[in-house]
Amino acid sequence: MKIMNCPLNGPRNISEFIHGGELKPMPNPTTCSDREWADYVFYSDNTAGVITEWWMHVASSYWFLAERHTVTDEILRTFDPQEIFQERIEFAVEEKRS
Amino acid sequence: MPFGLLKYGLSSDYPVDVDLPPPKELKPSYDVVIIGGGGHGLAIAYYLAKYHNITNVAVLEKAYLGGGNTARNTAVIRSNYLTSEGVKFYSESVKLFQNLSNEFDFNVMYSERGQLTLAHTDATVRSFRQRAEVNKHFGGRTDMIDRQQIRELVPSLNLDPGHLPVLAGLWHRDGATARHDAVAWGYAKEAAKRGVEIHQLTEVRNLVIEGGRITAVETNRGTIQCGCAVQAVAGHSSVLAKQAGFRLPIISYPLQAMVTQPVKPFLDPLVSSSALHCYVQQTSRGEVVFGGGSDPYPLYNTRSTLEMKESLIASGIEMFPFLAKAKLMRQWGGVTDMTPDYSPIMGESPIENYYLDAGWGTWGFKATPICGKTMAEMVASGGKVPELIQPFRLERFANFQQVNEMGATAASH
Ligand SMILES: Cc1cc2nc3c(=O)[nH]c(=O)nc-3n(C[C@H](O)[C@H](O)[C@H](O)COP(=O)(O)OP(=O)(O)OC[C@H]3O[C@@H](n4cnc5c(N)ncnc54)[C@H](O)[C@@H]3O)c2cc1C
Repeated sequence: MKIMNCPLNGPRNISEFIHGGELKPMPNPTTCSDREWADYVFYSDNTAGVITEWWMHVASSYWFLAERHTVTDEILRTFDPQEIFQERIEFAVEEKRS
Repeated sequence: MPFGLLKYGLSSDYPVDVDLPPPKELKPSYDVVIIGGGGHGLAIAYYLAKYHNITNVAVLEKAYLGGGNTARNTAVIRSNYLTSEGVKFYSESVKLFQNLSNEFDFNVMYSERGQLTLAHTDATVRSFRQRAEVNKHFGGRTDMIDRQQIRELVPSLNLDPGHLPVLAGLWHRDGATARHDAVAWGYAKEAAKRGVEIHQLTEVRNLVIEGGRITAVETNRGTIQCGCAVQAVAGHSSVLAKQAGFRLPIISYPLQAMVTQPVKPFLDPLVSSSALHCYVQQTSRGEVVFGGGSDPYPLYNTRSTLEMKESLIASGIEMFPFLAKAKLMRQWGGVTDMTPDYSPIMGESPIENYYLDAGWGTWGFKATPICGKTMAEMVASGGKVPELIQPFRLERFANFQQVNEMGATAASH
């Protein structure tokens, strides 16, 4: 069994985690174009190499980030999202200015 | 030594037939460069030569012919998809497959056994009804069948696996398999016969793009100019696209499969259950092939994992309990190029004379003939996309016009 080191729960079997996709900046959904939104939702870097990606520990619903090599499958580092996100991201729906 | 045998051995027509001419030097330039020598790349080359008389073509393969997903797939051929775009496209492929051995004069062991997909929930039964009707509408042979009919078709199947009793089945008479290596080699041999050059151990490392057009490809054996290029590299689609300067709506996931030692013939149709994430089929040699869902996270690596093997075997023996005694012979994996809507990406790219044959994920073997044929038509016409493949263009994602085949793909391939 492959082991992942959860920043909250310590080393656990990788089957306890769900992969959440690569970390990428989200355009503002209320102001960006449809094309920019499609790019964010569907397109992917799909890098063969070291990437930063989201993971969740299912039992504790805890989301965190991992640096992983997508060719060797080596997990280089896992860390709390607070290292990157200093502010809370609001998803409140605003009226689209047309 | 018997004289007759010696005479045969010394005769100038021995060996009788060479499938591929020995490797030669790369030419400085080709009209068409095809990157990737899997079934898809080879099929494009063959149809270019056969129907369009374009033979100044090089197929560049970094390893050996068909050693990618073409040689790793479980060879399910079917057309019982959900959308009209999908059913129309895959049905044409099934028709081409039916005649492939004759066309090549090379046995691809096409074997029409029918495919049975099992429904364990009401929601699946409803989606099967829709698939059966869409299929019939386009001339396919697909029907809903009940438990009794399933029992008659596959007596060894356990109809009450654990908490998931079988409610009904989707019986697709057109379902088939073929020998995947033979498909790749058939295309290679016939393309080479018509003058196409096939270069193995030739890796494309960089693409030269000037003024929005591709002019050359750099390989480990030198740089070659090209009139246009096609990428058909399956799991590595995003890697090449990045060299061309654009991104794709693709994520590369491993898909694993395995096969038992040969047992007596007991299973004619291909049997699949998406609720159990497992499909089972018996090869003409008697081996039982198991395939299932993709790995849980992206990876460019063909390693196998115990977790996937465990869950696959657990489901496999729910379906066929006596297989618990079978011995596994081999296991393997391939890197698959998954799209968000489980449909392929064919046609134009943001680079004018650079074309895409990508996004084949876990379902692209069955499309090898029709994809090759339509892509060849497009390349020959200088980029005019044939109607059959227009719904699968890259632009569909930016326009929110996906062709959703997720429900008709998961675990059925
Ligand atoms: C386990 C498994 C089971 C499957 N089961 C089924 C099934 O039952 N039915 C079905 O229809 N499909 C199935 N598939 C999917 C199917 O195998 C693929 O979609 C299909 O084979 C893709 O063919 P291809 O020719 O595009 O790719 P490939 O056969 O992978 O060929 C691509 C080639 O490109 C080469 N290449 C990559 N990068 C470069 C480069 N830079 N330069 C030169 N060459 C390069 C690779 O070496 C490779 O040989 C399965 C896949 C797997 C892994």
